[in-house]
Amino acid sequence: MSSDVVVPYVDPERRLRRQRRGRRNSLVASASTILFFGVATAVITSTAGWPVVQEAFFSPEYFALAWPSVLEALLINVKIFVAAEVFILILGMLLALTRLSKAPALMPLRIVGTVYTDVFRGTPTLLVVLLLGFGVPALNLQGVPTDPLVWGTVALVLSYTAYVAEVFRSGIASIHPSQRAAARSLGLTGLQTNRYVVLPQAVRRVIPPLLNDFVSLQKDTALVSVLGPIEALRAAQIIVYGKFNYTPYIVAALLFIALTIPLARFTDWLTARQERERSMGTR
Amino acid sequence: MASDLLRVEGVHKAFGDNAVLRGMTLSVARHEVVVLIGASGSGKSTLLRCVNGLEAVDAGDIGVGDLDVTADDANLDQLRRSVGMVFQSFNLFPHMSVLGNITLAPRKALGLSTAEAEARARELLARFGLDAKADEYPDRLSGGQQQRVAIVRALAMQPELMLFDEVTSALDPELVGEVLDVIRDLGQSGMTILMATHEMGFAREVAHRIAFLDAGKVLEVGPPEQVLGDPQEPRTREFLARVLG
Repeated sequence: MSSDVVVPYVDPERRLRRQRRGRRNSLVASASTILFFGVATAVITSTAGWPVVQEAFFSPEYFALAWPSVLEALLINVKIFVAAEVFILILGMLLALTRLSKAPALMPLRIVGTVYTDVFRGTPTLLVVLLLGFGVPALNLQGVPTDPLVWGTVALVLSYTAYVAEVFRSGIASIHPSQRAAARSLGLTGLQTNRYVVLPQAVRRVIPPLLNDFVSLQKDTALVSVLGPIEALRAAQIIVYGKFNYTPYIVAALLFIALTIPLARFTDWLTARQERERSMGTR
Repeated sequence: MASDLLRVEGVHKAFGDNAVLRGMTLSVARHEVVVLIGASGSGKSTLLRCVNGLEAVDAGDIGVGDLDVTADDANLDQLRRSVGMVFQSFNLFPHMSVLGNITLAPRKALGLSTAEAEARARELLARFGLDAKADEYPDRLSGGQQQRVAIVRALAMQPELMLFDEVTSALDPELVGEVLDVIRDLGQSGMTILMATHEMGFAREVAHRIAFLDAGKVLEVGPPEQVLGDPQEPRTREFLARVLG
């Protein structure tokens, strides 16, 4: 029976040779790594320009000065990101479903969807941010918000919805038609088939590319800085312009990187959990 | 016969220029097991898919019970609730457990409560020796187990007619038996069955009638001993000589 534990047999001498080779390999890897970075550091820091570079980009003094205000301003980036993300997911899914639908009555919406995707994937995001952020408030329309933060976020939503819709669309298209046939053959309606069979599989499949887009969105919240709101990049820029030192940009860069890492680890965790659930056969 | 559960009359179906069904006529009475045999491309799968409304016919009529499948306003969702179909490639939903696969349609299409649907599912799983697999995911099951779950999934809708489309063709030889056992059991319990298969031994044993399909038509139909033992058509003899060696 399968309860018997079978110990795989490995030739003892072969095992010894493998172990020896393994030890030698890790020794070589460590040595070459230390050597490479040691030499690189020595070369860079010994060049004539290094003190100037260090002072302009990596000044501890300006680092300490910029850190609190840039960190505080990052909260605005987080807010933009979270608000935009919710709308992007909903609108992206609706757009994908509309473009994939075959209902004759939805023809005009399909045309709008196709044109929308072409326009917003082809237009630089910065351009959309400038156009909406400065353009719409300038219209002085009754009841329309004039906060550049709002319009900057709307611009990001418009731009990223086009990308995310395409990600969803490719995920839905990747589900084999036999899954749909099986669902329909059981008497499920087209809507039920989408809701319970096609979309759950499609969404799982596109989570990695989707989160990739969201990492990109987290960085692109900095584009809103051109409209004036003091988010992280803008906060850094203010100090840079006042002090003629670029260390605050490095601070902002580090904070943006720190912001994306949790999302990346979350993706790994989610993927691993799905894999484990499936292989253990439990719910 | 008006009392036939399934009536197929003069059905034509083409995919582009490829005419697959060319005047197919066949009927299946209640509690009858009819087996379709014939070479690849003779129209077995297409016929089954048309009966289930997965493919729209170009000409002719198909009726199941009181339902005209080929009518323009046919309620195919209603039809499919009473016609179960099992595919060559299992087609279980990989993101759901065995229990989830089986209870989905009874809950959503028939409106059963989760408790009712699960009770029905567990009863069927037990009947076919799969009770231990209720919480497994499809990719943890052997091909034979997956196909038996697919059969249970279709049965959970309590269909009047079951369609089997070469359900053992994708299985390793040693797993074919367990799936055929399930179908044999169903046939003996009075289920109306229309199945396409290459398993001649099984067809001879279980079928009430065998239909030999050739070029989109039923060339010859009758009891197994007649069609397999004393075929009237040269094409049938040719085919049998090939598959029986």
